[in-house]
Amino acid sequence: MAEQSLGAAAGLEPFKIDWCQVVGRAKETPDTYTIRLRPLWRGGIAFNPGQFNMLYAYGVGEVPISISGATSDGQALEHTVRAVGPVTRALTSARIGSSLGLRGPFGRGWPLREAEGQDVVIVGGGIGLAPLRPAIQYIIKNRERYGRFYVLYGARTPADLLYKRDLQSWRARLDTQLLVTVDRGDEKWRGYIGVVTTLFRYVRLEPNSTYAYVCGPEIMMKFTVQELKNQGLPDERIFVSMERNMKCGVGICGHCQFGPFFVCKDGPVFSLSEVSNFFGRREV
Amino acid sequence: MGEIRDQSDYYLLDPQLIDGLISALRGLGYSVIGPVVREGAIVYDEIESAAQLPVGLRDRQGPGHYRLEERGDKAFFGFVVGPHSWKRFLYPPRVKLFTVSRKGEVTANNLLGRKMAFIGVRGCELAAISVLDKVLLGGTYVDPVYSAMRRDVFIVAVNCTEPGENCFCQSVGTGPEAGAGYDVSLTEVVGDGVHYFVARAGSDAGKSLLENIGARRATDEEVSEAAARMERSRTLFRKSLDVNGLKDLLYKNLESPVYAEVAERCLACANCTLVCPTCFCTTVEEATSLSGDVAERWRRWDSCFNADFSYIHGGPIRSSRLSRYRQWLTHKLATWIDQFGVMGCVGCGRCITWCPVGIDITEEAARIRQRGLEVSAT
Repeated sequence: MAEQSLGAAAGLEPFKIDWCQVVGRAKETPDTYTIRLRPLWRGGIAFNPGQFNMLYAYGVGEVPISISGATSDGQALEHTVRAVGPVTRALTSARIGSSLGLRGPFGRGWPLREAEGQDVVIVGGGIGLAPLRPAIQYIIKNRERYGRFYVLYGARTPADLLYKRDLQSWRARLDTQLLVTVDRGDEKWRGYIGVVTTLFRYVRLEPNSTYAYVCGPEIMMKFTVQELKNQGLPDERIFVSMERNMKCGVGICGHCQFGPFFVCKDGPVFSLSEVSNFFGRREV
Repeated sequence: MGEIRDQSDYYLLDPQLIDGLISALRGLGYSVIGPVVREGAIVYDEIESAAQLPVGLRDRQGPGHYRLEERGDKAFFGFVVGPHSWKRFLYPPRVKLFTVSRKGEVTANNLLGRKMAFIGVRGCELAAISVLDKVLLGGTYVDPVYSAMRRDVFIVAVNCTEPGENCFCQSVGTGPEAGAGYDVSLTEVVGDGVHYFVARAGSDAGKSLLENIGARRATDEEVSEAAARMERSRTLFRKSLDVNGLKDLLYKNLESPVYAEVAERCLACANCTLVCPTCFCTTVEEATSLSGDVAERWRRWDSCFNADFSYIHGGPIRSSRLSRYRQWLTHKLATWIDQFGVMGCVGCGRCITWCPVGIDITEEAARIRQRGLEVSAT
């Protein structure tokens, strides 16, 4: 695909698609894949953990997908996609070597700079671990800049756990406390059973020197936030990644509104203090 | 487009000169768009002469009600606003964004080149264009379609000498007189054997157009008569929206029982959002050729009242009509202010007129205020 500038004629800049080559595809769970995309002409793959891209399957459509990491050679971006509709099915079944469109990165990610010198607790539910993964990788890579580091992760069943190789390597680290739980175990499962909030029994957070990053289904985030507040964390130190319908990614189509915010450009990561009037409220 | 406040910048146009103005704009290469009658309503469409204007007609409006009737005079602009707004020309209901070939060649839809002149833009509508300018041009990301369509627009505003039954522009500060942003404004004086327009230039382009069509300077008497008509207009408003502290009030009363009551009447038909001159939500559609060699991305207006508007995997965020009406009302009157620094409502009253069940945004806002006060009093 030749270098094309969609905006050249009429300035269609925010809707301009960049092409990427699918260079890898790993099955995470029966319906979820991590696809690796190498940009075909863009300068680089710079992004902030917590940001997302709009991924386009030719002739099918475009969906917002969190950036779940970058390959260690810095050549490709990773996106973890659950096949639940026509576009996500097209993305997860794209063959190695084929092309997908990409716009991004968009949005505001996790406040990793702000949390330097502090403890960090990361809480992920289900596929909500995907946008947290690059934050975890960043903290581990810059481990000396942070205090105590907890990762709490919950999934429905052991088969639904993402990034099993990562989980092993994080668990092996002495400087990271990883706690994993599943709602329902199987015959081989030796770990915790229960929803992710039950893991708070095993961690004692320092409320005034801890940052919390939370991503998962809204109900999971609601109860997680309650646990964090029970441990005394103030709203300004609790960050949630919100999910809303998105079509444009740049605050123009209106779909992702969440109170006064456009999740795509003001978020998806918000401090609880910003969204306290809307977070946990039904149907906003 | 600097404001010109000199008395000498008032001109007088006889009715025939409106035709001259339209011809002159066409001569300058503008597609002239103005009010015309279609299927019993006044809408906006391309016109070639003043003869196509809805001369002698007025619109009778009410909640869920719109009828045209004869005025008994020859007024050119003796009506207020209909179901169309200028949004449809600046931000088309359906527009192709680009074409992609299977090989990956992306071709932008070239939207540049059309010069448009809008005839009969009311104060509320001028304010609505200014709101859209903020929404679609004023942020980090600029909408390429709006930006292309907006680039060369000549605006002939009309001051409303007779507000309609559903108009409340005065209470939100957008009318009945057109504010900044026009090239030419007109105040129509009709009746008692006279018929003329007092025109004012709002830009250099407007001034030279008025000079070129041979408009003479208005006399002091003519200017005063036009001013008197506007003075009278300000006393004729029947509806108002109390904007005092409205944003905070709505933020505090997100669970107001009023929303559930509205939801019992609201059909979630989306009419209010389609006729609204500032509603900007869109969705995109992917269209593929039969051979599959070419795919197109089309964008069309969407509405927060549609069930799939808030769909994410698992279901819509806002499944109830209550939540969709609340989203719309709080967006117009509260969250819009945080997003863009202005209210999303310009007081045109279209949502009241075109609501099939006559839901009135001014009444609902007042009821939320009243109920909120009752709650805080107890």
